[in-house]
Amino acid sequence: MAVTTATMPVPSLMERLKTPKVIIGLMSLAWFPLMFYVMFGNFVGEGIRNAILFPAVPATILLYILAVTAWRESWLAVLGVSLVFFWLLMAVSAPFLPLADPNAPVAPFAAPMTTKKDVFFLLGSDFKGRDMLSRVIWGCQRVIVWGISATFVAYVFGTLFGLIAGYLAGWWDQIISFLGNVLLSFPVMVLFIVILNYLGPSGFNIVIAVTFASAPAIMRIVRGLALDIKTRDYVFAAQTRGESALWIMVVELLPNVRGPIIVDACLRLGYTTVAITTLTFLGLGLQPPDPDWGLMIKESAKVAMVPKFSYMLLVPALAVSSLILGFNLMADGLREMSLRD
Amino acid sequence: MVKLLGQRLLQMLLIMLTASIILFLIFDSDSYKKRIALAELGNFGLSSMSSADYQAWLDKKGLNVPVYQRYASWVGGVLVGDLGESFEKATPVGPLLLDRLKNTGILAFWVFALMIPISLILGVLSGMNEGSKLDRSITFVSVFFTSMPEIATAVIVTVVFALGLGWLPTKSAMISGFDGWQLVLPVMTLVIYDFGYVARMTRASMAEVMTSQYIRTAVLKGIPYKRVIMKHALRNALIAPFTIIILQLNWLLSGVVVVEVFFEYKGFGKLLLEAALFGDIYVVQACTLVAVVIAVLSQIISDVGYTFLNPRIRFA
Repeated sequence: MAVTTATMPVPSLMERLKTPKVIIGLMSLAWFPLMFYVMFGNFVGEGIRNAILFPAVPATILLYILAVTAWRESWLAVLGVSLVFFWLLMAVSAPFLPLADPNAPVAPFAAPMTTKKDVFFLLGSDFKGRDMLSRVIWGCQRVIVWGISATFVAYVFGTLFGLIAGYLAGWWDQIISFLGNVLLSFPVMVLFIVILNYLGPSGFNIVIAVTFASAPAIMRIVRGLALDIKTRDYVFAAQTRGESALWIMVVELLPNVRGPIIVDACLRLGYTTVAITTLTFLGLGLQPPDPDWGLMIKESAKVAMVPKFSYMLLVPALAVSSLILGFNLMADGLREMSLRD
Repeated sequence: MVKLLGQRLLQMLLIMLTASIILFLIFDSDSYKKRIALAELGNFGLSSMSSADYQAWLDKKGLNVPVYQRYASWVGGVLVGDLGESFEKATPVGPLLLDRLKNTGILAFWVFALMIPISLILGVLSGMNEGSKLDRSITFVSVFFTSMPEIATAVIVTVVFALGLGWLPTKSAMISGFDGWQLVLPVMTLVIYDFGYVARMTRASMAEVMTSQYIRTAVLKGIPYKRVIMKHALRNALIAPFTIIILQLNWLLSGVVVVEVFFEYKGFGKLLLEAALFGDIYVVQACTLVAVVIAVLSQIISDVGYTFLNPRIRFA
């Protein structure tokens, strides 16, 4: 008896946490409060929305630890994860950090690391006197939430149409592929500009615009994978059992196209973040006065064209670059790992 | 092959038709008409107008006809080469578009002239011996620069070269005639963003060729390594990058919008954005048609070029 217990090592806490259920649970614990906070936070009082957001902070930290221990072999992937989670942590903990109000004008044109009007500005203040540090951190919240939501919605639609086109084939495929080709032959920017200009600039409309721009490409990937997978024996088995087409698509095909999609999703998160920043810069995205990286560049580009004030442009530019670098390195790490096993 | 080309061109026409109908329907909405009126008459002028006056103004502008009639007359015009007239600038669209396309063409020429050699050389060098130190550093540099969005690159090069060192002008509006110096920063921004992607694709293609049997045979036969690379490997490794470079044309048309707006360069992208914001339907239509033509043509060129470069591929 003693021998058998000795050969069964007790799994450590970290090992026990690495089950899909726990990870998905942690992800939703970190994500849904943050999403609620940014999208619907204005409908409830400040106390309630802070209380809802609070559990997201430990969940994010725990997820980061899990991700680093899982990917510790590749230092590039760890660097990517660290960059992404740094901004994610900033996003969830923004209300709890000792930051100045991002929209309150205090002292204009304060250089970084100086004290002006008894307020210390680590990253300086912008031309209206708002604290840059606070604006960068609050801005990342909006960029991350709208970026991830838009990518997610694009994936839902892209995957759905891809599965239908690939599995049902025939007329469905013809129609969906033609519509996809029409959308793909617009340059992305034309599509964004026309859609956002028509619907009006707002976060939810960015989600719609990104869906129109990204879903066709996702649809093509999923369609190709589905065409390949639907000739497998287990699909024939399901057809013989008399399962409905919908059941086969969701239960048999979807889990098997997951791998390539996750890597692609990581890259596409980067594109979407670029798109949101760029659109805000062009005046089509999220609306002032709430901070946003693209908006910060747009506002400073008019006034900060002198060496002394160039920090106003550099801070948001470096912030957005570091987040996207994080997404890209993460995608590379994931691809390496998927190739290995 | 002629059949395939015909199919592609037919599909292009179909896409252009669909796209232009969608755009017409979008821009025919009341809010866009109001926007044009607001820009032309001013806030006071519009609010002091009675609704009958407004209708009369719409009639005068030719905006009050049903959308299908407007569309039909527009298509008729396009077929004889008349692209309509810009509401915002009150000039015919054709010459305006040509002028802007010429400017963007100059920009694109320099971007390609610099980007192609840089990315090919880096890609080949890093694909030559996969996993070496040189390969790893080139790959990291490519990922790093591709991760910086154009808007961030534009900011950083402006801060460094225009504000910090003072070598170059910050804006590229070219108010007093053409000035080559003003072109440097926009070109630099686009090259920095794009070269990493092409270099990585070249690297993947080169690395694949280097593992193939005929390269091993050539090395084992005792042919000098330099000649193996130049004569045997490069020919096959550069086929895939060729198609990717041609497809960058399509990317460039979207990519220039933000660069042209940031540097105030009077090109295609800036024209498109301004027209879309103004509700200048004929300009947006013309820009979209140009964009679709370029997208489809670049696809056709890359497909046809691919078959010429790689005789193993044949059209079915």
